[in-house]
Amino acid sequence: MKPFAYARPGDVAEAVRDVVAEPNAVFLAGGTNLVDHLRLGVARPDLVVDVRTLTSREVTDLPDGGLRLGAASTNSQVAADPRVRERWPVLAQALLAGATGQLRNMATTGGNPLQRTRCVYFQDVTTPCNKREPGSGCSAVGGYTRYHAVLGTPAALPDPTAPETCIATHPSDMAVALAALDAQVQVLGPAGERTVPFTELHRLPGDDPSRDTVLEHGDLITAIDLPALPAGTRSAYRKVRDRASYAFALISVAAAVTPDGDLRLALGGVAHKPWRATRAEEVLRGQQLTEDAVRAAIAAELAAAQPQPGIDSGNGFKIPLVARTVLATVRGLPPEEQS
Amino acid sequence: MDAEITLRVDGEAHRLTVDTRTSLLDALRERLGNTSPKKGCDHGQCGACTVLLDGDRTLTCLALAVAHDGAEITTADGLAPAGELHPVQQAFLDSDAFQCGYCTPGQVCSAVGVLAEFERGWPSHVTEDLTGRPEMTHDEVAERMSGNLCRCAAYVNITPAVQQAGGAR
Repeated sequence: MKPFAYARPGDVAEAVRDVVAEPNAVFLAGGTNLVDHLRLGVARPDLVVDVRTLTSREVTDLPDGGLRLGAASTNSQVAADPRVRERWPVLAQALLAGATGQLRNMATTGGNPLQRTRCVYFQDVTTPCNKREPGSGCSAVGGYTRYHAVLGTPAALPDPTAPETCIATHPSDMAVALAALDAQVQVLGPAGERTVPFTELHRLPGDDPSRDTVLEHGDLITAIDLPALPAGTRSAYRKVRDRASYAFALISVAAAVTPDGDLRLALGGVAHKPWRATRAEEVLRGQQLTEDAVRAAIAAELAAAQPQPGIDSGNGFKIPLVARTVLATVRGLPPEEQS
Repeated sequence: MDAEITLRVDGEAHRLTVDTRTSLLDALRERLGNTSPKKGCDHGQCGACTVLLDGDRTLTCLALAVAHDGAEITTADGLAPAGELHPVQQAFLDSDAFQCGYCTPGQVCSAVGVLAEFERGWPSHVTEDLTGRPEMTHDEVAERMSGNLCRCAAYVNITPAVQQAGGAR
């Protein structure tokens, strides 16, 4: 492992200044992904700035009925919070579907959405990867694509030598639920505080696959806010994986239905970012959530999907799997409360 | 680059200087000679390095020692301070919940954490009613212990051992 300096500043403002002052500095929170990357050589910082004990660990009520998750609250803690279990079950379920008890005790609200892709080529420093080594190419194209993207990619077989090619997916379960819930990200940066809608936090590869999010160097997530849902909203998270526990999603679905019948839908394991299914939502707006209507809406969402060929028949299986899983998720929502 | 830290391990305080790259696991094993937590994968995938860190089950391979200055750590060794076995350890013996034993200290620490999580009413991925109090069923225990791999596949005895320890508490 490359040597690095370690700092635990007095407060978050100082932490931001420390990172801004050192171009090759990173923030450390729970460490579940970063420490592994330090060991693998995927991350090679000169300075590690520890913010785990600087941001809030509290989960607090917001005046409008929402909830503020301090950046240092752990995934276990948020999943067990009675308010989250009662009012945002999709988030509790997403958190509980991720990782293991030990990892959830370490992983934080601020760190979880910033974890990096589990693309095997990204994690293997001996292979070309535009995300890890910009301009080196993409080893995943035509390779092991089982966990890779079908949405937000330019073509079914992008040019593996092009510097913008990346077919990686975002691995977080929590982030899929937060995308469906219209969560808001509180960010402290060199220029002060700002709020970033969760659905705009992550980006598609565009012309720079090395950047997962819109955050700039020195930007620190200090909290994530859950806006209140209309009373009677039903929500659920459904994850499909290669084994029953402790595995990343092949695909996943976060769904919330308001009493008015509005569906909020986000997909995991399908794109470089947690994928808010806005097209499907639009198709369904004002319609009854019948199985045929949901089927048609998800077909519209997936019209632009690009299956990637590769080892073991590639990832074309994801397209029908997403459609079926969305349907199963909506069908499996708890029954409406009778008033 | 070096840093000076204090770790309280199994009730005893230790002052030590560590390279900033040192994991908590290496600090415990290589610096303090506590070989109870094991190095399996060193990537957070196997659970052999599990300890109780400030009361919560934690993977020491993914924790930097320097980031845990002042931490209170209990290893499987520290669960039986005077040689009297912790109920979880006794249950593992009673149920023959191991073969080679390499993963056992991690399994035991994880199980102690699992029982505390049941005590607090924490749900899991297999909990049907998120707003209710989960019961210590086979499926609940198996799901909660899924972060501890046993390559001898002693799971058929580990799960009942954890249930037994939970019932006996």
